[in-house]
This record gives sequence, structure tokens and C-alpha cells, in this order.
Amino acid sequence: MPINSHLKLVKNLDTPTQKPIRDGFGNALVELGPKKDVVVLCADLKESTRCEWFSKQFPKQFIESGVAEQNMASIGAGLALMGKIPFIASYAMFSPGRNWEQIRTTIAYNNVPVKIIGSHAGISVGPDGATHQALEDVAIMRTMPNMTVVVPCDTEEARKAAHALYQYNSPCYLRLAREKTAVITTAQTPFTIGKAEVLWTSKKPVCTIIANGPIVYEALVAARALEKKKIQVMVLNNHTVKPIDTATIVRAAKICGAVVTAEEHQIMGGMGSAVAEVLAQKHPVPIEFIGVHDCFGESGMPRELMQKFKLTHKDITLAVQRVIRRK
Amino acid sequence: MLHQSDIHELKRIANQIRQDIIQELVHAGSGHSAGPLGMADIFTALYFQVLKHKPKKPEWADRDRLVLSNGHICPVQYATLARAGYFLAKELNTLRKLGSRLQGHPHRTSLPGIETTSGPLGSGLSQAIGMALGARMNHKKTRIICLMSDGEHQEGQTWEAIMFANKYHLDNLVAVIDRNNIQIDGFTEDVMPLEPLKKKYNSFGWHVIEIDGHNLQQIIDAFHKARKVTKKPTVIIAHTTPGKGVSFMENNPEWHGKPPTPEQAIIALKELTQEQQILEEEN
Repeated sequence: MPINSHLKLVKNLDTPTQKPIRDGFGNALVELGPKKDVVVLCADLKESTRCEWFSKQFPKQFIESGVAEQNMASIGAGLALMGKIPFIASYAMFSPGRNWEQIRTTIAYNNVPVKIIGSHAGISVGPDGATHQALEDVAIMRTMPNMTVVVPCDTEEARKAAHALYQYNSPCYLRLAREKTAVITTAQTPFTIGKAEVLWTSKKPVCTIIANGPIVYEALVAARALEKKKIQVMVLNNHTVKPIDTATIVRAAKICGAVVTAEEHQIMGGMGSAVAEVLAQKHPVPIEFIGVHDCFGESGMPRELMQKFKLTHKDITLAVQRVIRRK
Repeated sequence: MLHQSDIHELKRIANQIRQDIIQELVHAGSGHSAGPLGMADIFTALYFQVLKHKPKKPEWADRDRLVLSNGHICPVQYATLARAGYFLAKELNTLRKLGSRLQGHPHRTSLPGIETTSGPLGSGLSQAIGMALGARMNHKKTRIICLMSDGEHQEGQTWEAIMFANKYHLDNLVAVIDRNNIQIDGFTEDVMPLEPLKKKYNSFGWHVIEIDGHNLQQIIDAFHKARKVTKKPTVIIAHTTPGKGVSFMENNPEWHGKPPTPEQAIIALKELTQEQQILEEEN
């Protein structure tokens, strides 16, 4: 198997356990609770964002803000100015969707360590429809100076990311998905903000698939399908969109000579755009982008939507075949 | 009650701050005139009487916090900070210039004494609430003062914050509204009626004090009264005259968002100098 063994991924990648990414975040909050500077704020979604677990164990450090995301963001800034590490949680569509300016002025420009948690991001939110499917959040957050943007691939990585963000003394955005997704990393898998991990690499890879969020698993499935077709690839888990891991991305592009990016987000402005910004300057290679093509989502079951919007391993496989023809 | 000579000294400082504001704005060539002049008395009372702070130790942990929600009136805050000893008054002439610590709207990490970043209206009260919650969680007696404009009550976020402060019984928080009745497009009551403002705050669970925002004794008394209020936040509605002290600017919405020309500045400074002379003669 071309799986990178020192990353200690789960053994069974054929039928991995399925767990919601947001659960990992909820568990991390409970683990962080004994630290007195941790404060959690939620805008009337504590069950869905999994802040409820923290609120029950640490009620004095939990603040219910009501359906008022703009207020919540700036309250977070004020708390941070008094030495707290606030986690503010809602659906990504509302925070940072609705309170972008408050985040920009009072958190990012103010440069205070508020952690913005956008859950239910991506098209896989499903039946709620386009109004609740955040597909632009990475774009609007990564363009903000001082902001760190992290998109974990599974529940275990979300847990580690929340711990890492607590230690990271600056404004951060953590993007979480709603649905149960394949758990591919373990407690032993390394996680460092700003460091992309090579999950899979063959002897003579001809393309690098750079993915983040739940699509990382789809990328691994695609890599195996391609292997059977005698097309060797690398797979990067690029969980940190900003600061982006330029060195790893450029190294991969030099080895492979072609790139496919994959994310549950608009192609414009997302992680793929960030990768293209790096490669256009440092090592231009052909790139294909897997993501949403400048359109809104719609209601449907998560898997149906992933298929309709061409975000599955099959789409990644086809994109790899396309991009290597352009070399 | 303050001694009459103390009040007199505060009036002299407020006049100096008004002169500084005119100088700042004419050097900058842009910025807001009416609001800063209207709030000079309140700023003087705060930094020279009310606030616990140490100008030479701006990061002193137990200081009171002042949030300027209507950040566009920062020329008055800059002038007051300079006169209180945070930095030299000659730096005031760098306002809005490239490389200056005196940004067009307040920026926390640029200048000592600026507690937070503000300007886009409606976010200050929320930030002050965060500070008030933080002070309470840290078991500190810190007071949080949030200065706001009347016009920014058109922002929905302001009302989100007003509701929130009541829910959490933030009695370490005092909001001060500069009720000067003007905004960029004209009189506030024409742009978007706000009255009855006092009733609105009362119905949202706040303790309300109304004052003449140019009467230094009333201003100081109001903050003392607010200290005694428990289990609820206090709002001081300060009725002020926009452009106060400069005859051709007073009560004219046109002066909300523009600076004086050099010629107008000369007239304005002449009026203010005359007032300062009268104050000195009275002494």
C-alpha cells in the first residue's frame, strides 16, 4: 500500500468508521474546559455545534448569545482583550457568513485570539438547502490578514485542530462539516497548523491530489482506483489553507508535474485557488479543480449532492486523468 | 460635589482639547468635526476625573476600559489622551497621515491608550460587553465605559448588544450616548426616528440617566450614580451640541463629516481662544 505508514492512519481504510467531524470539536472543548481562560459562545445552536457538551460541564465558561452572530463575534473580541480564549460557534453560513465585517474589524484587525467555529459547512449539509450550505466561507476568511484557516478532514483531526488553535495566539477559523464522514486519522497521526501531510505516495507519481475536509477520504479512494489503472499519484491533506504550506506543495508539484485540488467549496477563492497562487509563482504545472462551479447548492441527501456537484472520488479520478493529459 | 475650582480647571482642559481637535483636523484635511467638539467635555471628565488609568502605564491590568464605538470621533480621544499624558501633543498633527499612530479610526495596536479597534458602527457595545464579562470572570472591579453615537442605534447589532447586557446583568458596564441629533445625511430623527430613546432603554432593562453633556458636574455625577446601580447596566444619555464651541459648526449636520478649511480653522481657533481667555479671567 502506498499509504504513508508513519502517519499512523487507521488500519481499515476500506470500510472506515463514520463519525461527524463536529464531534471531534465538541470533545476537544470538553478536554480544554479545565483551562480557565477558555470561554465558549454559541448562537442558539449548541446541540448542533456540539458546544452543549462543554456547556453542561463548564456552565460558568459558557455564554449563550442567542441568534445574534454579529454581537457574538464582537463579544468574543472583548473577552479576548481581557485575556480569554473565546471559541465562538455557529453554522458557517452565519458565522463568518453574516458577521464577516465584525470578524474583520474587531477580531482580525484587532489581532485578538478569537476562534471562529463554522460548522455545517459545505454542500453535504444536505436537506436544509442552499441557504445553509456555506460554500464561500474559506474564500472570505483566507483573504483576511492575521487570520488562520483550518479545514480538518475527520473527527480526530478536528479534535487535534481545536487543541492546536487554543495554543495558537491569533485569530483562527475552523471549518467543520455536519455529516458523518470517514475517520481516517488516529490519535497518533501528527497534526501541525500550516503543515500539509503526504497521506499517500507511489513510486513514480504523475499527479498530486491536494484535498482538505471530508473530501480527503474521496481522494484516497480515487488514488487507489487510479493505482489499479496504473496511474500513480500522491495525496496531500492540506488542512491548513492559511498559512499555506508552500514548501510541501511546491515539492509535490516538482515531483508529479500536475495537480488536482479537491474541496467542498466554491472553486473561486477556495483552497484550490490558494494552491494555484503558490504554484503560479513558484512552480507552474497544470491544475484541475474539484469544487463547486460558481453556483448555489440545493436540498438533497448528502451523497446525492456530492454526486450532482461532482465532488466524489470518481470526479477526482477523472480530473487526474484530464490533468495528466495536459502535461 | 466637585470644588468649583476643579470644574473650572476641567473647563480649561476641555477648551484646550477643542483647540487641539481643530488643529488635528485642519492638518489632516479630512475627518469629522462636529462629534469630537461635542464630546470634549465628556472626554475631559472621563480622563481627568472618572477613569482609573495610568497614562504612563497604559497596559496596567486594573485600569478601567474605554471603548469608543463611534470611532469616527477619535480626534477628541487622541487630543484627550495627549493632554492626559499618553503621548506628546505635537504628535496630534500627524492624524490620518502615512505612518502615523493616529489612524483615521482607532486601531488598538497602533497607539497606547486605545483599548480596541472601532469605526464601523454598532460593534463597540458588543466589545465592551465582552470586556465586562471578562472582568467579571476574572473577579476584577474594572469598569467598562462604552461611548456610542445616537445614529449607530440604526445598526441592528446595537440592539443585539442592548438585549444581551440586560440578560447578563452587566452592572460593571456604562454606555454613554452622544445624543447630538445629527448624522452624515442630516438630523437623526429625519434619517431614522430614534425617540423615545429613554423608554426604549428602560424597556430593555437598563438603568437610564439623562444629562446635559456639557455640564461637567452632571457628567461626573452621572458616572458616580452609575457605580451604585446593581444587577443591571446603565446608559447615560448625554444631550450635546454638535460642533460645540465653534459658532458656525454648532447644530449643523453639514459639519458631521468634514474638517474646517485653513481659513475656517483660524476663525474657530479665535473663538475658542477667546473663550479660554474668559475662563482665565474668571479664575
